[in-house]
Amino acid sequence: MTSASRVLLDLHDLKVERGGVEVLDIPSFSLGENEFVSLIGPNGSGKTTLLLSIMCLLERSAGRIVYRGEEIGSDHSTLAYRRKIAMVLQEPLLFNATVYENVASGLRMRGVARAVTRRKVMACLERFNLAHMVHRSARKLSGGEARRVSLARAVAVEPDVLLLDEPFANLDAPTRESITDDLEKTVRDAEMAAILVTHDRSEALRLSDRIVVMQSGKIVQADAPSVVMNCPANGFVATCMGMETILDGVIERNEDGQLAVSIAASRLEAIGEGEPGTRVYCCIRPENVTIDLVHPGVATSARNVFPARIVSMSSMGFFLKVSLDCGFRLVSYVTPESFTRLQLEEGKEVFASFKATAVHIVAREEHGKVDRG
Amino acid sequence: MMKQRGMRQSAAWLLAACAIVTASAASAAEKKGSTVILATTTSTQDSGLLDVLIPTFQKETGHFVKTISVGSGQAMAMGRKGEADVLLVHSPADEQKMVAEGFGVHRRLVMHNDFIVVGPASDPAKIKGAKSSKEALKLIAEAKPEAKALFLSRGDNSGTHSKEKGLWKAAGMNPEGQKWYQQTGLGMGETLSVASEKDGYTLTDRGTYLSLAKKKKLHLEILVQGEPLLLNVYHVIEVNPEKWPKVNAAGARAFADFMLSKETQGVIGRFGVDTFGAPLFFPDAGKKPESLGL
Amino acid sequence: MDLIIEGVVKAFHLLIALDPEVLGITFLSLMVSGTATIISLAIGISIGAIVALTSFPGKRIVVSLVNTGMGLPPVVVGLFVSIFLWRSGPLGFLGLLYTPTAIIIAQSIIATPIVMGITVGALQSLPASLRLQILALGATRIQMVWMLVKEARLPLMAGVMAGFGGVISEVGASIMVGGNVRGYTRVLTTATVMETGRGNFDVAIALSVLLLSFSLVINYALTLIQQRDRPR
Repeated sequence: MTSASRVLLDLHDLKVERGGVEVLDIPSFSLGENEFVSLIGPNGSGKTTLLLSIMCLLERSAGRIVYRGEEIGSDHSTLAYRRKIAMVLQEPLLFNATVYENVASGLRMRGVARAVTRRKVMACLERFNLAHMVHRSARKLSGGEARRVSLARAVAVEPDVLLLDEPFANLDAPTRESITDDLEKTVRDAEMAAILVTHDRSEALRLSDRIVVMQSGKIVQADAPSVVMNCPANGFVATCMGMETILDGVIERNEDGQLAVSIAASRLEAIGEGEPGTRVYCCIRPENVTIDLVHPGVATSARNVFPARIVSMSSMGFFLKVSLDCGFRLVSYVTPESFTRLQLEEGKEVFASFKATAVHIVAREEHGKVDRG
Repeated sequence: MMKQRGMRQSAAWLLAACAIVTASAASAAEKKGSTVILATTTSTQDSGLLDVLIPTFQKETGHFVKTISVGSGQAMAMGRKGEADVLLVHSPADEQKMVAEGFGVHRRLVMHNDFIVVGPASDPAKIKGAKSSKEALKLIAEAKPEAKALFLSRGDNSGTHSKEKGLWKAAGMNPEGQKWYQQTGLGMGETLSVASEKDGYTLTDRGTYLSLAKKKKLHLEILVQGEPLLLNVYHVIEVNPEKWPKVNAAGARAFADFMLSKETQGVIGRFGVDTFGAPLFFPDAGKKPESLGL
Repeated sequence: MDLIIEGVVKAFHLLIALDPEVLGITFLSLMVSGTATIISLAIGISIGAIVALTSFPGKRIVVSLVNTGMGLPPVVVGLFVSIFLWRSGPLGFLGLLYTPTAIIIAQSIIATPIVMGITVGALQSLPASLRLQILALGATRIQMVWMLVKEARLPLMAGVMAGFGGVISEVGASIMVGGNVRGYTRVLTTATVMETGRGNFDVAIALSVLLLSFSLVINYALTLIQQRDRPR
């Protein structure tokens, strides 16, 4: 959210209980106009609950929702408010009717004139590349087509806020890619605010102005994508953001932010804050770990170089995930080209290296364990 | 879809409206005159006599007749509760009781035919040629089990059932619960069909027997007939409006008068002659029951 | 065997000649049972939707009661409707006993639990999140219920079939509350019973053929709709 943009939606002390258990507790959350927010967190962390609460479709046990400065009750007055928001649930949940009928349904509910409905629906279908299947039965669509219709149906009502609950789950990569493109363009063009629940970090990075990480019904971190990626607030956020390697350590030395951290029998160099003796997590992104067959020596600016043995390898699509044992566990991603060039195999002895700046230091909470997902 | 939905809705409304209009039209037709509820026996209905008489009555008087055809017993029960306006029944003992208790008024003799005992041609109990119905019933009751004689009773408190019970009583026997005695609980026509299928004996009014025997091959023959005790006498009874103010007394009286009118009596006397060669009912208006040998 | 052949032959004569009495009986049957079905749809779907879509204490009991009601014996309905409509009964002042309206009332009572039970089942079988999705598109409560009913239209069609099939073939209640009055409350089933009693098997068979063909035509039509609409 740029500081200039106005606040659209404000949540204060929002609490939701289910069966006597608090499943959502949001002391404060705001959404700016035109802001695109991604919600990340494991299953059951309250992402969907948050969206449903914003839609006033879940009874909240406490808290206030303020929309454009106006407080939203929990009774019938929410209808006008609800009609400014559209939500797409996890499943496409299309109606057993034609594509046109589906996309028109929200406008019909609002009593929009037939001609206007027709124009808006057609525009929306065009936008999502659905114009050629206007009269097709929604039950005869492929998974990707159904998602498109489901998105078009929500966008057709031209909401101020679009809530998206994992709309791209279970889609193959190319389909996902093209739908994401269409969605991004639509949201930007229509100047909507949006909240997207996703498990896909790259999707979140690409689309969002802000990433919100949730855990056990609470917001753990809400920052710009670069901040969340590079400075996760804690080990949990780090795991969520794809820090495959998270090591237990103690700060040995701190020289103007240049840290030496002892890990098991080894020592890492890192950049960060903390008094000597502080227990910390060292988080290392797999893509920042390089593998060489010989000691890179001065050929590298990496301050951390360790001899390692390859424990296991698995394909992750565009790259390979290599698990290393260098006295501690370390994960590295390598491209297929490097894999071939280095002739990697399980049990092979190699050298792993990473820069001091690639190690992100997170102070350990004194109580409460870190859930590593 | 809007259009379709609209059409579907209007179709539903149209249907509903049609139904209401039809229903009110029907009740309007009925309101021209008053409605008379006639509770009668299955025999008058099943013989087709009422189908001839009622349209004439409705045309002449403007009253609308709802004929409810049940057993005589149930017909009188309806009369006792004021659920019927006029009865045409054939169960003299019960009728007298009903009039004596004040539920019915103006009980008048309309017509008669007679009961007959019918059974299979093989006649396992050898009742053909019996001197009286009493003797015939006794023969059936005392037939050896291997003869497989079977008597089928209506068992529905109809006039016929009531007559049959009287005959057993006169014969000094109680057939209830006997193996050879079965109750159908059905109307006369159906009971005759059952008797025919099971090669059993039964007591029937001649009219129903003749009319059914003509249409369906009944494997039943007339075995006992022509005895004063077997007379089947029909009376009209008007339900007492003093007991039940809601009763349509005028309509009831009009119907009773119509049944006793000269023209109607003529129709009754001729009914069935074309089809069966003999009348099914004998008009008795104005006669005393005693003159029939009762 | 002769009887059956003769009966069938005569039956077709009656049908081809469009015997006015048979036509009248047929029209009345369709009118009465059709009206009863429409009434039961209105009541059954609305109450069924409320039962299916709300939660309240004792809901299970209500659902069991509705399901029991689906097998309500027509004669029991006939008896109770008669008792209410008797001149001496609580609704006697309406003067409805032995009228087509009385049959419509009884048949509506027979069909309503069937429609209601099928509505409850059909709506409960929809995905639970569909309700949220409809509301999330900006629907009012009533719009939501309407959309859900529309989504459940295939199984509901089965409800219509079951309801109509149940009442048009029902005889016990019709004869008790209608009285089988000629040209007024005589419907296909009561006429069939009566003509059988009279030994007019030809007419009885003709009426049965009509009854069967209606059930067949209506079910075929509804099946066509269902097939056309069936998801892949």
